Amino acid sequence: MSIKHGLLALLRAEPKYGYQLRGEFEAATGSTWPLNIGQVYTTLTRLERDGFVQPASGEGDGDGRSRYEITDAGRAELASWFQTPVTRETRPRDELAIKLALALAVPGVDVTAVVQRQRTSTMESLQELTRLKRGSRDGDISWLLVLESMIFAAEAEIRWLDHCEAMLARRRRTSGTEDHRGGTQDQSAGTPEATGQSQHELGAQR
Amino acid sequence: MSTVLDIRNLTRVHGSGEQAVHALRGVDLAVASGELVAVMGPSGSGKSTLLTCAGGLDQPTAGEILIDGNDLTTLSRNAVAALRRRRIGYVFQDFNLIPALTAVENVALPLELDGTRARAARKYAEAALLEVAIPELADRFPDDMSGGQRQRLAIARAIVGERGLLLADEPTGALDSDTGEAVLQLLRDRCDQHGIGGVLVTHDARHAAWADRVVYLRDGVLVGQSGPLPEADILLETH
Repeated sequence: MSIKHGLLALLRAEPKYGYQLRGEFEAATGSTWPLNIGQVYTTLTRLERDGFVQPASGEGDGDGRSRYEITDAGRAELASWFQTPVTRETRPRDELAIKLALALAVPGVDVTAVVQRQRTSTMESLQELTRLKRGSRDGDISWLLVLESMIFAAEAEIRWLDHCEAMLARRRRTSGTEDHRGGTQDQSAGTPEATGQSQHELGAQR
Repeated sequence: MSTVLDIRNLTRVHGSGEQAVHALRGVDLAVASGELVAVMGPSGSGKSTLLTCAGGLDQPTAGEILIDGNDLTTLSRNAVAALRRRRIGYVFQDFNLIPALTAVENVALPLELDGTRARAARKYAEAALLEVAIPELADRFPDDMSGGQRQRLAIARAIVGERGLLLADEPTGALDSDTGEAVLQLLRDRCDQHGIGGVLVTHDARHAAWADRVVYLRDGVLVGQSGPLPEADILLETH
């Protein structure tokens, strides 16, 4: 995804001012991808350079700003974007997977505790997304789609962390070791003591 | 807000000697009125044992379970049964409805068992069915209902009367995703609008995220928590 294609998509129906594009982009994505006006105009300048947009005919607004319209080349570029699936290979590398892989490879890291901390954090994100979903209106279909995408991603990450934990536990059992710490074995791994929290802090809440 | 459920140092051991299985090991968990707490953990981590002990359906090996300040571990069996009927509602994955009774009769049953007259019990039951949005199914039998309708019925039975604590064990496990979310919305609304405390046992992160707090059990021990800490008055209340 690029801002470039997002702006082309918004220009497909009619010419728009930069500030209009910014507002509509944020409305469509539920403000999950905030844009500053500078980014919008920089992108429009590049799109104009590449022949995908051009200043629309007619008068500008009172501040001298012009509307932009999509060109035929821009329409073709946009159609190509919609027709091309986003491949997983083009997405950024997963920092969390790399972090866990390194935690296993490096001596002295409590991998179980790393998994639990991440699960706690991801669940808090999932709780916040769920709150946003409960508070959104049925009419906000674009925003709901974006929100559901993030909910599914958070849910998948938690399931993957559960899977990692189960794999580590299985491996401990089969190898006869107590924990996966690259040499240092500790029975308390992943327990509240190991993660720096007491039972009282975790559950008592009184 | 007040504390509805206060579990202190709860331990449950099944069997003895070398065969002993430690289902729970010194668990502390407090639930405030209006708060929904989800309990997550792998199979065998002690989730369901925690819930059955909290509801007085199982006797812990050690520890205290206070509901509205009454310690279940020190009450007589009859007193625990009475407290269960009046203050605790249960929702199970497999609904646990009585097939020979209609929907409204299923909901009215716990009230009638507790001495409420049949006519009054039916009136309360109809109100509960209205609250879970299935008033038109009052005279239908559970076997003639969909899974989602049966779970709504089970929730109506769990909330009828003056219940202060709602315990739900995988209530969405037998439902599709959309129906499951509708059931969670009901549980959430009940806590938000009626100030009851809820405990939701689930293995599903998406569903756990409807809770105010999520606590994690592993091998009978609480190992983590997601979500905001309760307000200061709750933290201070029992100290």
